[in-house]
Amino acid sequence: MEKEGRSNETIRQRPTVPFSMRFFKSRLSPPVLLLMPAFAIIVAVVFIPLVFSLYTSFTGYRLVQPASLWQWVGLRNYQRLASDPDFWWAFGRTVVFLTVALNLELVLGLCIALLIDKLTAGQRIIRTIMMFPMMFSPILVGFQFKYIFNDNVGLINNAIQSLGWSDVTIPWLVNEWTANLAILIAEVWMSTPIFAILLLAGLMAMPRDPVEAAKVDGCNPWQVFRHITLPFLMPFVYIAMAIRSLDVARAYDMVKIMTNGGPAGRTELLWTLIARVGYQDARMGAANAMSYASILLSIYFTYYFFRKLATARRAMGEIA
Amino acid sequence: MERWWQRFLIRLGVFVTMAVICLPGLWVVMTAFRDNVEVMARPPVWIPAQWTLDNFRSLLGFSATQQGIPVARYFVNSIVISVTSTVLAVLIGMMGGYAFARYRFRFKKSAFLWLMLSRTVPGISLSLPVFIIWSRIGLIDTHIGVILVYLALNIPFTIWLIDGFFRQIPLSLSEAAQVDGCTRWQAFWKIEFPLAKSGIASAGIFAFLTSWNEFALSSQLTRTTASKTLPVGLMDFTAQFTVDWTGMCAMAVIIIVPALVLTFIVQKHLIAGLTFGGVKG
Repeated sequence: MEKEGRSNETIRQRPTVPFSMRFFKSRLSPPVLLLMPAFAIIVAVVFIPLVFSLYTSFTGYRLVQPASLWQWVGLRNYQRLASDPDFWWAFGRTVVFLTVALNLELVLGLCIALLIDKLTAGQRIIRTIMMFPMMFSPILVGFQFKYIFNDNVGLINNAIQSLGWSDVTIPWLVNEWTANLAILIAEVWMSTPIFAILLLAGLMAMPRDPVEAAKVDGCNPWQVFRHITLPFLMPFVYIAMAIRSLDVARAYDMVKIMTNGGPAGRTELLWTLIARVGYQDARMGAANAMSYASILLSIYFTYYFFRKLATARRAMGEIA
Repeated sequence: MERWWQRFLIRLGVFVTMAVICLPGLWVVMTAFRDNVEVMARPPVWIPAQWTLDNFRSLLGFSATQQGIPVARYFVNSIVISVTSTVLAVLIGMMGGYAFARYRFRFKKSAFLWLMLSRTVPGISLSLPVFIIWSRIGLIDTHIGVILVYLALNIPFTIWLIDGFFRQIPLSLSEAAQVDGCTRWQAFWKIEFPLAKSGIASAGIFAFLTSWNEFALSSQLTRTTASKTLPVGLMDFTAQFTVDWTGMCAMAVIIIVPALVLTFIVQKHLIAGLTFGGVKG
């Protein structure tokens, strides 16, 4: 509980004690005081509601019947969930979606970063353009691709017909496979540039000597990339992943506006299913049980990448 | 050295990437300035024959064909909510970041971990209990209700970034100032704060963008024009009988412009903020 560098405390002796001094000398230690507002808000807005949510998941609470909040049903919500195919489909789809999206974003981001790093001029303007999708609201990205993939007025169908490849209007967002593909494209469009920007920053910070030395020693470009560039980039990869894993759930916004879970629930992700059960069907108890599954999933993703980040940082510290 | 075709391939790759990034947005912007007839035209009209501001006029309530969607009102709500929550998040984040960077205390690691974990809760999952509680204590459909939630969303990331920036500043600087007679408070304002300013600015931008763009929580916690934000307002269009593409595109432009302007002003700090806050943190 000791602050670092207290040795000079005695030098300061003033007739009037300003607020700041009283602040630092009050009974509670400074870090506790400094962190109090942050934790007060997090506890009030996140932890207390989550505890309440956990309680609700053991009741048969329905929004339209307030009294049902006190109707304890034990594990019934969870039991139903375990045998609910809709839930398992949404859960599986979410896991697959996240895995495919994150890997695709990483690989594409790495390719783009390597390309731009090779560029001799215009890197700044290109970096600026790449920040474009970062500023978009997920709901806007969803809307944008809903418009582009629209069967009647969309850019893609317009282009296909104008180029004379095909005369049929392809119902992108109505077909199960193409709808999922469209959502994946929207997600990748939005997040790949962040990976590219962070990895490019890593490439630019990389010392050139090891690369030159390896070339002199006769390594081919692939060996240089595999054994020198890539290990150096790993911490940047994990930072990007860690930042990204903080809000994987924003795919909810995109699905909500693009397909709203349709056709016939074939693009339903865990998060849209929660919203449907909770607000539309008003079955809050069941929705809260589901939301715990989604929270655990998110925590798993974040925990995994932060662990990797910590390991990578230690490795960096040993080199530097 | 690189051959000419290698250079060509690299440039081609970069060009295609940039086109893929820019085209969707460009298409939306062009539609925002189109006449509604052009959207449905066969064969498609690529470049608008006549650029018009009608879509914006009717959205903002300056024309005879009044839209049902009070975009100006939503805009004000969005500004009030985003700015308030950003300023508060940066203040609280500075306090927290300073505490993590400069003090040793018990449970420091676990405190940090819990902060970050609180951020990972998906918006829609958090919205369920918050919706129930807020509606019982009368915070539904108020600015304060949304601001509180956004504060909780922004504080962890703000602390993470600002902590990284304070850590980069050598401790000896503020100690020297204190030896020379500054109080710790003065040393903070005169030495550490100016040095960490760019990091704090980037944390602020991220907080603003998060609040400005958030949808999952605000779509449930807001009900009427009293507190609906722009992203929630965009969904109003889907309740209408026919899809008004030009109107939606115009609204999309209204949503993106403030974020765009703000980000380009401080873009240099953004990248530095993300990478260094993270690597050296």
